[in-house]
Amino acid sequence: MHIVVCIKQVPDSAQIRVHPVTNTIMRQGVPTIINPYDLFAVEEALRLRDKFGGEVTVLTMGPPMAEDSLRKALGFGANRAVLLTDRFFAGSDTLATSYALSQAVKKIGETWGEAQIVFTGKQTIDGDTAQVGPGIARRLGLNQLTYVSAIHDLDLAGGTIRVSRRAEGGVQELTTKLPALITMLEGTNEIRRGTVQDVLRASRAEVTVWNAAQAGIADVTNCGLRGSPTVVKRVFAPQARAVKADQIEVKDRKPEAVAADLIEKIFATQPALEAELVRTAAQY
Amino acid sequence: MKKELPERFRSYKNVWVFIEIEHGEIHPVSLELLGEGRKLADKLGVELAGVLIGGERAPLAEASTEVWEHGADAVYIATHAALEHYRNDPYSRVLTDMVNEFKPEILLLGATVLGRDLAGSVATTLLTGLTADCTELAIDDDRCLAATRPTFGGSLLCTIYTLNTRPQMATVRPRVMSMPPRQPGRKGRTVPFRVSLREDDIVTKVLRFLPDRDSNKAQLAYADIVVAGGLGLKSPENMQHVRALASVLGGDWGGSRPLVQKGWMPADRQIGQTGKTIRPKLYIAAGISGAIQHRVGVEGADLIVAINTDPQAPIFDFAHVGVVADAIELLPALTEAFRKRLAVNRLAG
Ligand SMILES: Cc1cc2nc3c(=O)[nH]c(=O)nc-3n(C[C@H](O)[C@H](O)[C@H](O)COP(=O)(O)OP(=O)(O)OC[C@H]3O[C@@H](n4cnc5c(N)ncnc54)[C@H](O)[C@@H]3O)c2cc1C
Ligand SMILES: Cc1cc2nc3c(=O)[nH]c(=O)nc-3n(C[C@H](O)[C@H](O)[C@H](O)COP(=O)(O)OP(=O)(O)OC[C@H]3O[C@@H](n4cnc5c(N)ncnc54)[C@H](O)[C@@H]3O)c2cc1C
Repeated sequence: MHIVVCIKQVPDSAQIRVHPVTNTIMRQGVPTIINPYDLFAVEEALRLRDKFGGEVTVLTMGPPMAEDSLRKALGFGANRAVLLTDRFFAGSDTLATSYALSQAVKKIGETWGEAQIVFTGKQTIDGDTAQVGPGIARRLGLNQLTYVSAIHDLDLAGGTIRVSRRAEGGVQELTTKLPALITMLEGTNEIRRGTVQDVLRASRAEVTVWNAAQAGIADVTNCGLRGSPTVVKRVFAPQARAVKADQIEVKDRKPEAVAADLIEKIFATQPALEAELVRTAAQY
Repeated sequence: MKKELPERFRSYKNVWVFIEIEHGEIHPVSLELLGEGRKLADKLGVELAGVLIGGERAPLAEASTEVWEHGADAVYIATHAALEHYRNDPYSRVLTDMVNEFKPEILLLGATVLGRDLAGSVATTLLTGLTADCTELAIDDDRCLAATRPTFGGSLLCTIYTLNTRPQMATVRPRVMSMPPRQPGRKGRTVPFRVSLREDDIVTKVLRFLPDRDSNKAQLAYADIVVAGGLGLKSPENMQHVRALASVLGGDWGGSRPLVQKGWMPADRQIGQTGKTIRPKLYIAAGISGAIQHRVGVEGADLIVAINTDPQAPIFDFAHVGVVADAIELLPALTEAFRKRLAVNRLAG
């Protein structure tokens, strides 16, 4: 069995700071990481491979330094890594990203054998749209299973898979045919520590680097800025409210006195609230 | 409106809202979107329509009434036995076909699990732009949809346009837009859509649905009063002060994202861009700085009260009432004062 896992390298948002005066993002020195949601996809793919045999290929589209993330994934035990990098990809929105990735998945299939399952994370922590997985599925005609919390059966001979997925208000249990695209829900497993051999191998392994042409993309007008229907027109800081917060006087006063003032203020601003609260409180 | 539309866009007209129906009920986010869609349609001088897709037994007549009464001029209805439960393939096929036939210029969906699953497929098939999790929608001078959403990591917002393709698609999370008032008796048109699907052609089958056990427990997103804590509370034990105040007020509680990352509270209590969006009557934020990702999740509250030791904290830029004080001391005092006040009132009333 061949599984492809798409991973994205993202800035470690926990460490991003905003310049207090200019309101711009201070990226200097912010480390990059594998999108945390993608680790659940990597782990699930490795588990399936360990159980059913076969290979796991990790794929990322990004700048040359995105190779770091691929090496990390090799260290967890992935068999092969492909970096899709080209200036034509710069400025891709989700439609252009799903185009480039789907072409690469196709090429990976032609080179090392067709993938039965393509995994992505649920969403990223930077763009955070959750649109790329469904986009890849549509473009490749894969059966789409989003927000999957558990894979119950995989019948390679019969070409079917049975999963549980998060739906509105409950959990849906579905079967579908392979090949399928799965976006993995967070918290469903825990990424392994790679074996010593894996980690050693990862540091020396060859990462396959493809530009657009090598990935089989003949027409680059579907890529990058040109292939992106969405355009970011304006980036701006949110407005402070015209009136600043009405401050309750606290200087040298006891919490009890401040609390009393605050309650007065709340009820003065929202007169209907007090009666409502009394009504709700009466139900206890 | 300044500019004429390019020729190929002229056939695209009207604003559509995908109406999400689960277990016989319309998801509130769809009605919230009708309120927003009404404003867009009026600005454009076009119709607002709701799109209803469901099985043959789905209560689409009642749903149509609800959709009209929340501001729509028309409903487009697609029913078929294969549309009984949500599945990506038949739903995205039908919605794509409907768009291709009727050509709306704007298509809005709720950014729910279902909406996100569906929107990405439909936008990719139509090869059009899709802006995720918008917090503001407007029409600009060129008749374009200006969709605003927070940008990552920073205290910034960005406005995204879909310039060269139609329809313009966007998703909006529950509670970001306010619920429009219902206008009983308001009626509209019904446009049936002929569905050509065969169950045998759909390879994905639903075997079971297990409803969430705690679905009737108070829903943070729809609570009237919410009390939340942030890193300023210093330790997980201090979250008890947040819960105590919420309990006295008969409300629900939550917190900022770092509290989830530190394991102080479960993820479904997170408030903000990547957590829940809330629109309570009263929101009390204790020890929360007010980063943009938090702000967009609470801005719809009628009254925002912020307790923070730092007078410069950004939360005071959008809170209505501020207290520069130690929340660990003030919260218990506030709980006690509310308790007394409400008890006295109850005896009196
Ligand atoms: C602040 C911000 C807002 C944006 N808003 C929009 C928007 O509204 N609409 C829009 O079309 N674009 C938007 N973009 C652009 C979008 O982020 C990029 O297209 C990005 O390449 C993929 O989208 P995502 O990060 O949202 O991924 P998601 O769709 O959230 O990612 C889902 C999964 O797809 C896989 N994946 C995603 N990107 C890659 C990659 N480069 N390589 C390998 N696997 C990948 C991962 O497995 C990931 O878990 C936005 C970008 C930013 C920074
Ligand atoms: C992609 C992305 C998505 C995000 N999504 C969310 C989201 O959905 N929700 C969210 O909340 N955040 C989100 N964040 C994180 C957000 O940017 C902030 O980091 C976070 O909201 C800060 O949490 P905080 O206010 O609790 O902590 P801090 O920013 O550390 O603020 C603590 C505050 O407490 C005050 N304080 C200290 N001691 C006291 C005391 N004794 N009494 C009172 N006040 C005190 C301090 O003055 C300070 O203002 C996201 C970030 C990214 C990058």
